[in-house]
Amino acid sequence: MAKPKLQVLTANRLSDGTVVYLDAHEHWVEDLAAAEVARTETDAGRLVRLGDAAVRDRLVVGPYLFAVDPKADRIRPVSQREHIRALGPTAGTDLLDTHLGA
Amino acid sequence: MYAYDAFDHAFVRERANEFREQVARRIAGELTEDEFKPLRLMNGLYLQLHAYMLRVAIPYGTLSSRQMRRLAHIARRWDRGYGHFTTRQNIQFNWPKLVDTPDILDSLAEVEMHAIQTSGNCIRNVTADPFSGAAADEIEDSRVWAEIIRQWATLHPEFTFLPRKFKIAVTGAESDRTAVKFHDIGLRMRRNTEGETGFEVIVGGGQGRTPIVGTTIRAFLPKRHLLSYLEAVLRTYNLLGRRDNLYKARIKILLAETGVEAFTEAVEAEWERIRDGALTLPEEEIRRIEAHFAPPLLAAAGPDPAHVAAKLEHRDFAAWCRSNLFPHRVPGHAIVTISLKTPGGIPGDATAAQMDAVADLADRFSHGEIRVTHEQNLVLADVRETDLFALWQGLGEAGLASANIGLISDIIACPGLDYCNLANARAIPVAQRISRHFSDPALAEEIGPITLNISGCINACGHHHAGHIGILGVDKHGEEFYQITLGGAADDDAAVGRILGPSVPYDGVVEAIDTIIQTYRSIRETDERFIDTVRRTGINPFKEALYGDR
Repeated sequence: MAKPKLQVLTANRLSDGTVVYLDAHEHWVEDLAAAEVARTETDAGRLVRLGDAAVRDRLVVGPYLFAVDPKADRIRPVSQREHIRALGPTAGTDLLDTHLGA
Repeated sequence: MYAYDAFDHAFVRERANEFREQVARRIAGELTEDEFKPLRLMNGLYLQLHAYMLRVAIPYGTLSSRQMRRLAHIARRWDRGYGHFTTRQNIQFNWPKLVDTPDILDSLAEVEMHAIQTSGNCIRNVTADPFSGAAADEIEDSRVWAEIIRQWATLHPEFTFLPRKFKIAVTGAESDRTAVKFHDIGLRMRRNTEGETGFEVIVGGGQGRTPIVGTTIRAFLPKRHLLSYLEAVLRTYNLLGRRDNLYKARIKILLAETGVEAFTEAVEAEWERIRDGALTLPEEEIRRIEAHFAPPLLAAAGPDPAHVAAKLEHRDFAAWCRSNLFPHRVPGHAIVTISLKTPGGIPGDATAAQMDAVADLADRFSHGEIRVTHEQNLVLADVRETDLFALWQGLGEAGLASANIGLISDIIACPGLDYCNLANARAIPVAQRISRHFSDPALAEEIGPITLNISGCINACGHHHAGHIGILGVDKHGEEFYQITLGGAADDDAAVGRILGPSVPYDGVVEAIDTIIQTYRSIRETDERFIDTVRRTGINPFKEALYGDR
């Protein structure tokens, strides 16, 4: 039997573009750890419908599902792209400034 | 530099006001994202991985110190304290909020700046020689022609919805510093047998997934006919270019499919029809634009003993002079390139404090003007030799005195997967690792002139095809791998690099580049540049060193 596909719904917030995730209370949160994980296709379909509604309500832009690692002990994206979206740039001048204490 | 007239001011202000209304309508739900997206892109506003990104136009890469300070202000007030200078002589802010962008555009308009035509299928910001008006090898100032093209192209009703984006470069010097053969149209200043100046017209160059070196379709175009000829090329492309396939829509594909001869015939036929019409440039109009770019009055001077003494006393200063200075048309002066490539830093990034520092130094030492290069560095074009040491010290205080222009750590890199929605792999951390590895200035000088360009996807914003060493990030089953090419060049001998072999993993890139460099050092002839060795030997010695019998 195929392993269940675990997915999280993400989008960018309309007003400022910030990466957000849908949590179990139907709120858009910035912390991936707080996101709801869809474990069935039925759950995934429900998240997609909530995402579409949030687009209509002008809360977010471009919602989509992405896969998370079913073997991880926390919510861990499968793709490097979603890792970087969740954690921010791996190298940035703003990070450098912070590092240098500027 | 060009100063707005009343029309320009009104136009840019009205455009900013229009965008304010469009943003308000989007927030209020009167526009869907599908409706809003083309409107925001027409104002340079993208939605990237983490946030919106605003790409601000720097026409032909020329900025006043006042404009640079305004960019610093925008970085501080509405972004995260820095900006990213791009390979198209523009600047990008990575973190603006949608709701703030109307205020940012207003702020830009106050200093004669905007974000128009930095996105979309229109004629984009015209690339010009960053040494314009100052270079010893210059025939004419390319910015004059870039500005004339800008005025013709801005909101040109016929060319607002082309099959794809369209990039034009102008170079007015003997040496090409604009990658003129990798643009949709490249214009190269030439003299004919009568000594008259005009343009060689090169068409169909480009990078992306189908890299092609442009082809000359007219050896000499009199200057007064520049706009009518461009109109004929654009009109031919607009009529015949493909719109059914995004990847086949650039003019380079049209040229390849129709053949150079048939394409040229179509352009010339259209040009014959319109050549002596309203687009013929009156001499007085050319003079009017030229007056905006009148060079500063510089007094020629002989060698400065204090400058020579400073080089003897300060080895770092001497190294900086060797790599970052270029010959000026007026004796006793130099063109200074400011490296935005600190080893381990982010290519093209400048903090707000650095932008302010450059603006101050431009005011003190270079008539308040700054240029942006497509290699993601900055230029002060008119510096007296006697001021170089003080300038170098000032740059050092701002962390901008890296002596590496044209050397291995002067890496071009696109934002890659750290920021870009299109990227497959990261580019910035790869550049950081390589520049750290080769951070010893003596080693970099010993390796000599070389270009190393990195793109995070096949769209090639990092110009990897045109790098002596090119690195292209690819996605292999969710993991970052990097394809290496050798032999590309963006200058007079423009060429597309050849793929060396199978791609290498993220952690193997530095070692692979090191192997390539060691191979070059072991097989080069006396004083032979890296690119000349590759051209002499081909890629096989490098391939064997990197892959062995694989």
